[in-house]
Amino acid sequence: MSDLVGRVTNLLAEYAASIDENRLEDWVELFAEAGSYRVVPRENHDQGLPVPLILCRNKKMIRDRIKALRNANEYNLHHDLHIIGAPRVVVISPTECSVRASYVVYQTTLEGQSRLFSVGRYEDRVQVTDDRLRFLEKLVVVDSFSVPTLLATPL
Amino acid sequence: MNGITEGQERPVPKVDWPRADYSRVPFWLYHDPAIYEAEQERIFKGPAWSYVGLEAEIPNPGDFRTTMIGATPVIFNRAMDGSVHCVVNRCGHRGAQVRREPRGNAKEHICIYHRWCFAPDGTLTGLPFRRGVKGKGGMGPDFDMADHGLRKLRVASRNGVVFATFSDAAETLEEYLGPVFLQHIDRIFAKPVRVLGYQRQRIFGNWKLYPENQRDTYHGSLLHEFQSTFGISRATQQGGVTMDARHRHNLTWARSATDDEAEFQALYKADNVHDSSLRLEDPGMLRFHDEWGDGISIAICGLFPTTTIHQISNSLAMRQIRTFGPGEFEILWTLFGYADDTEAMTQHRLDQSNMVGPAGLISMEDGEAIEITHRAIQGEPAACAVIEMGGAGPIHDLNHRVTDMPVRGFWSYYAELMGFEPPGAVR
Ligand SMILES: [Fe+2]
Repeated sequence: MSDLVGRVTNLLAEYAASIDENRLEDWVELFAEAGSYRVVPRENHDQGLPVPLILCRNKKMIRDRIKALRNANEYNLHHDLHIIGAPRVVVISPTECSVRASYVVYQTTLEGQSRLFSVGRYEDRVQVTDDRLRFLEKLVVVDSFSVPTLLATPL
Repeated sequence: MNGITEGQERPVPKVDWPRADYSRVPFWLYHDPAIYEAEQERIFKGPAWSYVGLEAEIPNPGDFRTTMIGATPVIFNRAMDGSVHCVVNRCGHRGAQVRREPRGNAKEHICIYHRWCFAPDGTLTGLPFRRGVKGKGGMGPDFDMADHGLRKLRVASRNGVVFATFSDAAETLEEYLGPVFLQHIDRIFAKPVRVLGYQRQRIFGNWKLYPENQRDTYHGSLLHEFQSTFGISRATQQGGVTMDARHRHNLTWARSATDDEAEFQALYKADNVHDSSLRLEDPGMLRFHDEWGDGISIAICGLFPTTTIHQISNSLAMRQIRTFGPGEFEILWTLFGYADDTEAMTQHRLDQSNMVGPAGLISMEDGEAIEITHRAIQGEPAACAVIEMGGAGPIHDLNHRVTDMPVRGFWSYYAELMGFEPPGAVR
């Protein structure tokens, strides 16, 4: 179990680094082939309303998001900085665990001005194999759902 | 008389319009605090109708939601007899915010400060210690409860879409909207709707940049490259802009699959706009189901001052602006479908919600465009925005979307309400 917590912590660290270092193509590869990525405002989540901010129900849609970001979308020029809290890991089966962790994301302009951009939590299902961990499901519940400016790079 | 008198209005700054057709708009109008204050009185509390919510959001007696008209907090709620009311969310006593929760159900609204109690229609129904305690204290003998309720707004509903106005002098909602926009509301709200959820976006810019953005239809295929890159909306499609007689509202519309692929490719290549050869691996969200049978796949309906009803393919939403000073506003997006949608249709609408809102593939750019404009026009009292795509002079409907003429329509009604139209103003 402690070994699994260590591996999950590494996965989350790589998750944060791949976004913060603008390696979004590497970020995509942290998802399993059956993986999904959903970003949901807390006000909807708490009321059982389904509207997301971002909804990628499969890995193709995750890749499309990044493709659009790279080729079509314009957004505020910035660096992201993720801080992810200690994960709570629950084993579901020999090949799967659930993970909950809180996150904080700061954004910094290219002029060096930082602001708190988003806080919330991750509710994930993670696929466990001998060689690596990957996200089967990543749900981001956003407390800061009055999104400042816009949301382009993943949370 | 209401106990809390509305603020004595300070004089509105004078505007020296370079042109009477609003093809030049001075940049200082987006930053000036005195202008912002005057807007609250003359626009948001003036003779305009503002969208406050959908009846579907408050289906049961006692249901309430708190929202805002401009900068003024209001409660939008349903009384126990089923009637819908909108009242200012500010205690008739000391001015505290009465209802703090964003939504809920209650027979009455009680201010926590001194426990004054109000009915859903704003009537003051009770207050502790009114007659004093053991003969001491209490309100004066001439205190009349009827004078100290929550301020009541005029409310009108069109097919479950609820609007409110502070003005007794305002036209009826039907007159205010006019036939084109009544018909459009009737088209979108022909069936009972189901709210699917909310999105919010905080933009650090002046609120007027948003209704302008909605009425500047030609930025769509240029700024929002996703649309043209992946073929959703292109300037070569059949479409246009339609306004009301006063040119204060605008409907931008387009029909799907009415242009020629080769013609589109040639235009965007020749104007060096961008690569349009990309394809999505999962193109499901691009699919358009013609639910209305009229082929219209884009209908962005901007109602003066700050209401938008959008149909982007099968994504449906109301958008509402709340203002927080001259340099900050929030867009609240209320996404909905129809009560009789199949599960597959709901899923399709949710997939398409990827395209709208703060993270929307064809809308995120607006947040950035507004902020970079707001930032760069600061401290330029003499300079102006240029608004003459589609021609200057008279304001009229067009059967294409290569225009920002409806932006001038917005300004013409805005200037009328603010009381500073230029001599010979175009209306
Ligand atoms: Fe836009």
